[in-house]
Amino acid sequence: MILEVKDLRVEFPTRRGTLVAVDGISFSIAPGEVLGVVGESGAGKSLTGISVIGLLEPPGRIAGGEIRLEGERIDNLPHDAMRRIRGRKIGAIFQDPLTSLNPLYTVGRQLTETIRTHLYVDAAEARKRALGLLREVGIPAPEARIDHFPHQFSGGMRQRVVIALALCAEPRLIIADEPTTALDVSIQAQIIQLLKHLSREHGTAVMLITHDMGVIAETADRVAVMYAGRIAEIGPVRELLRAPRHPYTSGLMGSIPKIRAATQERHVRLAQIEGSMPRLTAIPPGCAFHPRCTKAFARCRAERPEPRPAGATLTACWLYENGNEERRPAQA
Amino acid sequence: MKNGALLRLDGVGRDFDVSRPWLNRVLEGAPRQLLRAVDDVSVEVRKGETLALVGESGCGKSTVARLIVGLYAPSRGRVVFDGIDISDPAAHADTLRVRRRMQMIFQDPYASLNPRWRVRDIVAEPLLVLGLLKEKRQIDERVAELLQQVRLSPEDGEKYPHEFSGGQRQRISIARALSGRPEFLVCDEPTSALDVSVQAQILNLMTELQAGLGLTYLFISHNLAVVSHVADRVGVMYLGRLVEVAEAEALFAQPRHPYSRMLLDAVPDLEMSGRPRTPVAGEVPNPLNPPKGCAFHPRCPHANERCRTERPVLKLHDGRAAACHAVEEKRI
Repeated sequence: MILEVKDLRVEFPTRRGTLVAVDGISFSIAPGEVLGVVGESGAGKSLTGISVIGLLEPPGRIAGGEIRLEGERIDNLPHDAMRRIRGRKIGAIFQDPLTSLNPLYTVGRQLTETIRTHLYVDAAEARKRALGLLREVGIPAPEARIDHFPHQFSGGMRQRVVIALALCAEPRLIIADEPTTALDVSIQAQIIQLLKHLSREHGTAVMLITHDMGVIAETADRVAVMYAGRIAEIGPVRELLRAPRHPYTSGLMGSIPKIRAATQERHVRLAQIEGSMPRLTAIPPGCAFHPRCTKAFARCRAERPEPRPAGATLTACWLYENGNEERRPAQA
Repeated sequence: MKNGALLRLDGVGRDFDVSRPWLNRVLEGAPRQLLRAVDDVSVEVRKGETLALVGESGCGKSTVARLIVGLYAPSRGRVVFDGIDISDPAAHADTLRVRRRMQMIFQDPYASLNPRWRVRDIVAEPLLVLGLLKEKRQIDERVAELLQQVRLSPEDGEKYPHEFSGGQRQRISIARALSGRPEFLVCDEPTSALDVSVQAQILNLMTELQAGLGLTYLFISHNLAVVSHVADRVGVMYLGRLVEVAEAEALFAQPRHPYSRMLLDAVPDLEMSGRPRTPVAGEVPNPLNPPKGCAFHPRCPHANERCRTERPVLKLHDGRAAACHAVEEKRI
């Protein structure tokens, strides 16, 4: 395993009490594997990524659990040691390529600087590597483009440059936080293909954070569905998308509009989940999803479920307490 | 003109002057520069239907919306609503009467509601501006009715926008749009800022309102799955021009224009059925300097000499309108 996260808990102390933004989540990513982390706004998916890469800003803090990169704990490292790991062993790709690049430097300078920070190579070698990276991420005419500034690139090309930057030091893990959200559909498809191809090629583990199930279906090997700071369901992408177990996952899948087949009735209602995700100040006791769940029963309101094996996935739901079969007490 | 067309666009175009400032033009001899945001768009919206406009960013779909509701004046062509040319300044008196029959819903519910107004004042504003109701009691009743119509409670009228989530805010914008009892709603990406489960709630609400109040929608979106869910007919735009207009079923079953095919192929495959898809190539060209001939030819796999020199016009082929030489010559 490249990344192992165990019982991670992220808190924000405030004057009105402590907010728990990420509440006891565990997952791991193998070499060459893409783990999709999906959820709606406020589910804690970005905070999970930020905690792994060690960029959590005070007052936010990791209050419990551990994060291991290739077996070594990285959640309690001092600043300097973490800075050497960031960029070298963990690369990051964020949503907006324009804010990830320095507008005053050419992309070539930004690439060679990053390469030389992490690897012991001379300037000529760094430039050669930078050219190779630009070629690898599919930038046409890299010999000319390397001396261009970020504003001279289009949105899709800029995101390719950001990916090249993340790959500079051949990291073991890439955290990609909504890498395609700011892009048009046709460009999105290209970037997704590129990410997938690169992770296979280099054996890099990728944590892909997104709100878009479509992106997950195209890229991820496994998916973790997050809700209110917890993992509701985690498992192989095919099984999870085709046969979601957790009521939240199946509600989410039902609410996504799909391209309608010609035979299908027009204007069918989408399945909808009533209400919205609770605010961090008011997370319900027991299962955080129970107020919106149509299948909730007494136990859901009182006791918090932990992810347990149910079919091919792990599901945090009392309906699957005894494994595969969905069971519900009669009084519910 | 067919019977039942509520709105007709007749060769509508809109240019924006994006020249350098006057001083630069004089000193540096920089030329005047016009950006053709929308060019020669002719389409009609029939009573009670939903016409969707799709395309990537910069294709002019939002400009079309703004031209229709009168936020921009067209540079060329006519906008005819129920037989009255509302783009004609000479018919101003008629125009005003017609304008109150159409309303607009905007994309960002965080930017489109005044944060310092109570919800009841926001919803009541069109009633006052259009002079539809005068007495306070009548207005209060109407506002309460509207809030219930969008599944909010009448007591919510006392609150301010910041007390609501994104989905609830979008409900408030819909209530405001409905307050003047319009027949025609222009919806510019009404759900793109929302999470999927909330998007499903809003799409269902819009479908119900359309059936209940007999509304006609112009629905603008970049999301083909959403469009396939709500639309009766679809217009596909590329670089300011309509490239295909078709019944939704026909378009999604068998897109004619190569660009429509490409867009459809870029939609992620959620069922993971492994349907064959051609990879998307290239990016949208700079609209300041669009390619000669068919604007899509640099990305089109079927382009030939004629496509590079002669601009195709929207023509009917087997009952469906497509602007493509290859379709016309039955090459594809």
